[in-house]
Amino acid sequence: MTNVLGRFDFDVIAKWIRPGEKMLDLGCGDGSLLRYLQDQKGVLGYGVDNDPDNVLACIRNGVNVVQFDLEAGLSGFEDGFFDHVVMSLSLQTVRRTEQMLAEMLRVGREAVVSFPNFGHRSHREAIAAGRMPVSKILPYQWYDSPNVRFFTIADFEALCGELGIAIRERLAFDGERVVTEDPNLNASIAAYRLGRGG
Amino acid sequence: MDETTHSVGLAQPQRAHFDTPVTLAGGATLPAYDLVYETYGELNAARTNAVLVCHALSGNHHLAGRYADNPQSVGWWDNLIGPGKPLDTRKFFVVGMNNLGGCYGSTGPMTTNPASGQPWGADFPVVTVEDCVATQARLADVLGIDDWAAVMGGSLGGMQALQWTLDYPERIRHALVIAAAPKLTAQNIAFNEVARQAILTDPDFHGGHYYAHGVVPVRGLRLARMLGHITYLSDDQMAEKFGRKLRREALQYNYEVDFEIESYLRYQGDKFAGYFDANTYLIATKALDYFDPAGAFGGDLRAALARARAKFLVVSFSTDWRFAPERSREIVFGLVHNSLGVSYAEIESSAGHDSFLLDDAHYHAVLRAYFEGVAV
Repeated sequence: MTNVLGRFDFDVIAKWIRPGEKMLDLGCGDGSLLRYLQDQKGVLGYGVDNDPDNVLACIRNGVNVVQFDLEAGLSGFEDGFFDHVVMSLSLQTVRRTEQMLAEMLRVGREAVVSFPNFGHRSHREAIAAGRMPVSKILPYQWYDSPNVRFFTIADFEALCGELGIAIRERLAFDGERVVTEDPNLNASIAAYRLGRGG
Repeated sequence: MDETTHSVGLAQPQRAHFDTPVTLAGGATLPAYDLVYETYGELNAARTNAVLVCHALSGNHHLAGRYADNPQSVGWWDNLIGPGKPLDTRKFFVVGMNNLGGCYGSTGPMTTNPASGQPWGADFPVVTVEDCVATQARLADVLGIDDWAAVMGGSLGGMQALQWTLDYPERIRHALVIAAAPKLTAQNIAFNEVARQAILTDPDFHGGHYYAHGVVPVRGLRLARMLGHITYLSDDQMAEKFGRKLRREALQYNYEVDFEIESYLRYQGDKFAGYFDANTYLIATKALDYFDPAGAFGGDLRAALARARAKFLVVSFSTDWRFAPERSREIVFGLVHNSLGVSYAEIESSAGHDSFLLDDAHYHAVLRAYFEGVAV
């Protein structure tokens, strides 16, 4: 798998986006993903970020960005306006996870989320050794982490079941290697394509 | 690019005369009128680099630079416009125009009414945002500008930028809508009404024909301005700047100035009443109150914005309670739902509505980045 943007989950996300789609990128950072999808797929994309420097970076990057706090919800957006609502490696930074997933699937036909798997072997080993995990995908110390929700692939899939969210596709990785065997133990990142119901 | 910034230097107001009648939103027709404007930078050969900057309630066409005979006469958006500045006059040809109904040289209440031979006074028709835009379009015709690279403005000026995208969608490529709103709230109209009543009830107002009496409704104007100033600042900023600081060492136990804030407001009110025309103030507050592009669409802003084709930058300021961030977000979501290009920045600032005139580093970086992306 090529790593076009230095964030290989972008490759996965890009695969699930069709040309000319309307998409929303929540926690869009400097807008790299949007820029890539704009150039490669001609999407009509909007980013959301609340960090002033990220907003500025998006404008410099020539992508649409709307500044607001995701914790405030997506109530400004109409039902089903977007083909895809993407949240790349940010779901763990949102406090109201259930509402966020529901909102993503309200305003989008499908949601695409990726997140660091707290169940990865190295993280379990760190905990077993008595320390909170610090790794490439979880680079923060417990006291300076932007992450507020700590969950595993198994946790996430259980929540989708409870919320009636359909998992349409899942790809799990360790580094850039695709993991098929026991992803909850062996994958450091998981990416999902989600739909409403059934 | 050279990051050194400079002044545009000496500014030269110009005047365009129009003999084609214009019918305003209220039904009145002006058979002829003048518009005063200034330009900075050079219009390129393809005429694709023109930017119109619309002014707010008390502004005018003098955006940047100064006049040869007065070194104090620095334009009101000089921190934004000039060589190397965020709106870079080495790239763009920038136009500022005094709106119709203004008091800085464009035809307005102080102009002679051809029907009476007297100044128009309060008989000058109300000039709406749509009227401002229609006459700006005629100036664009005169200047040979088929389409603006961008139209920008703050507050009432931002409303004009937005209106441009609706009335002349094919003549504007980018709109910068700053510290604006898709319509005023009842509270906001209420402030304007108090300001108007202060002017209208001043004994020196004389039904708007005070020019003939050789007086100016100074008391009304200064009250209007004092009220306005309170609403343009934030509670925090006032507390920080003035607090309960006294002008003298002790309380006076009379109705002279005790507190610094009183002194400040009186000073600002007096200064404003010394140069601004009361009838123009009345007109501009009505322009604000009447602005409501969604009104004709049953309040559906999305439907109202469907005509727009431009790309947008919308900016608001965290402590601006007169044109609150929430109002700007309404515009943003209306644009998104029309699949229009839009970016929205909410600038952290303590300075309330007046923030849009300040040279906050992040705010100006946002404007600079946006203008760098405007193709000419």
